Amino acid sequence: MSATINSFQQRIDRADNAAELARAGRREQWGLVALVLPAAAFVVALMVIPLVWLFWQSITDQSGALTLMNYVRIFTEEGTLATFQRTFVASLMVTAICVVLGYPVAFLAAVSKPRTATIIMVLVLIPFWTSVLVRTYAWLVLLQRTGLVNQFLTWAGVVEAPLALVHNLTGSVIGMVHIMLPFVILTLYSSLTQIPADFGRAAASLGARPGRVFRTVIFPLSLPGLVAGSVFVFVLSLGFYITPELLGGGRTVMVSMLVQRNIDLYFQFGSASAVAFVLLAATLLILWLADRVVPLGKILADR
Amino acid sequence: MTRSRAGFDTVSIRALTKDYGVTKALDGVSLDVREGEFVSLLGPSGSGKTTLLNILGGFDRPTSGQVFFGSTDVTLLQPHLRDIGMVFQNYALFPHMTVEGNIAYPLRARNVGSAEIARRVADALTLVELAGYQTRRIGQLSGGQKQRVALARALVFDPKLILLDEPLSALDKQLRESMQIELRQLHAKLGATMIYVTHDQREALTMSDRIAVMRSGRIEQLGTPTELYNFPRNDFVASFVGESTLVPLQRSDGGSVSLGTSRLRTGRPVPQDGPIALAVHAEKLILDSPGEGEDWNRFDGSVSDVIYQGESVKISVRLDDGASVGLRQHCHHRSMSSLPQVGSRVKVALHVEDTILVPCDAESVPQAHAA
Repeated sequence: MSATINSFQQRIDRADNAAELARAGRREQWGLVALVLPAAAFVVALMVIPLVWLFWQSITDQSGALTLMNYVRIFTEEGTLATFQRTFVASLMVTAICVVLGYPVAFLAAVSKPRTATIIMVLVLIPFWTSVLVRTYAWLVLLQRTGLVNQFLTWAGVVEAPLALVHNLTGSVIGMVHIMLPFVILTLYSSLTQIPADFGRAAASLGARPGRVFRTVIFPLSLPGLVAGSVFVFVLSLGFYITPELLGGGRTVMVSMLVQRNIDLYFQFGSASAVAFVLLAATLLILWLADRVVPLGKILADR
Repeated sequence: MTRSRAGFDTVSIRALTKDYGVTKALDGVSLDVREGEFVSLLGPSGSGKTTLLNILGGFDRPTSGQVFFGSTDVTLLQPHLRDIGMVFQNYALFPHMTVEGNIAYPLRARNVGSAEIARRVADALTLVELAGYQTRRIGQLSGGQKQRVALARALVFDPKLILLDEPLSALDKQLRESMQIELRQLHAKLGATMIYVTHDQREALTMSDRIAVMRSGRIEQLGTPTELYNFPRNDFVASFVGESTLVPLQRSDGGSVSLGTSRLRTGRPVPQDGPIALAVHAEKLILDSPGEGEDWNRFDGSVSDVIYQGESVKISVRLDDGASVGLRQHCHHRSMSSLPQVGSRVKVALHVEDTILVPCDAESVPQAHAA
């Protein structure tokens, strides 16, 4: 009798199903890996391979020999550097204007009742459903010398002669702001709605007037969304092509047009690839810097 | 050290109503809170207790009615001008500030000097037993510590009134019970008026000077814990406060009341009209033993369940008249050695002074405070 109990006890102490349990765990992990595979294959085929190929093109000349000529040209030719500078300035302007215009809209939507918030967000999103090309041509019509905007301004007596609103940097920026605005509003809205309503109430109950509540509580807590939206818009603006090409009228050349001209006009795949690569590197650098300046992870973790 | 607060005697709530479309979140609530009193608003979710607190805090505007602090009508006063300390259910501590930043917040909003701020923050932290925690980040604190910081923030600026919205509900049971005692002691020390929202009747009984039991936007009963527990005004209060079973009763001629066939005796007043019920507190009901005296109502029944809960045993008894009642017995050798089996026949006894009769269906009973 006691021998039976002893052997039973041993079986419980050292159960022999450990290997089986470990196998089950591994099967589960491989199952998860299998779920990621299609997406991973997609990324490799459409991102990694083309990028490697692009990079190869940028460091070889037409005969196929290795060369750094394409990169040297970017950093020595005055026009190319000026184009990079212009692109960064324009992108910064677009980002700043988007934030200034977008924050109040996102804030209004975040503090509105659900019904009103939905209406606001639908209005923000409607332009998304129209082609960028159509919207850009519409701006061309609106902003030209005899366009609606100039007609109104001269009629109202604000200006004497029509303003040059298009075929220059102004036109590019106006068009880009219009396209980019929803991105800022959406990210800000999502970050503002994540701030519990009790935070505002708590601050008010503690004696802070509405302006102070916003400055000390709401705005700091919306920073992750603000930075994310700004970086998003800035990076998208850096590589934007159609809108600045059409509204800039060929006079304000941006980096993306440099790529296009290198290929269309000069058939220089190498230098086009190099320009694209410098832009990519600059973008990654900016993302990294943004993450260092505003520790997004830390703010989010403390929530 | 009770501080005197000139010009601020009470909070007076006068006939408050709040409509959300067709539903009435508040339906004519009037309540006077004395200076230094601890009053709990007790009720199930949707009873209007949080709406009432939000109106007191100034975050919500009533549909009609007034709120007075002392003799001042504050119904339309902005929240930041009300000088109320408020503790929120999920603390609402600002995650981007340190403990000190949070507690100093109300002082900075009042332009207090920085030396004074440092001193008062340290004092407040000592009061909630978190001395030296100034530089901690909110994310590093445990639930109980967050609760204390929220409390320190709400009282550091010496508010006239402190509102607490289920502040302990996110804590586990043991911590909650020790915080209840601490809050009580803190209240005695500060002498501030506190209004406390909870759905936990035990918490309300433990902490309050007076409790307002709320249902469907109305105050069903206002009274001290002893009054509420022993003299519930209707079946709702009786069932919400304490561990009690309601057993419907029959009226017979001559004003007497009976449960099934057995006539009930009670040392208490019998409600005048309408259906009535017997409210049986589980701890008042005992398994009958022959030695007990004559002042007991006795019922026959059979045991349907026996649940051992450590310090006590809960015994469900199905009475022969069909009603089911719960009975709670403390565990000690004598009670445990004579524990009945499931299915066995028992006689249970209820003292006539514990025989609480309440009117049923309070909805149909006209309320004195209804507007």
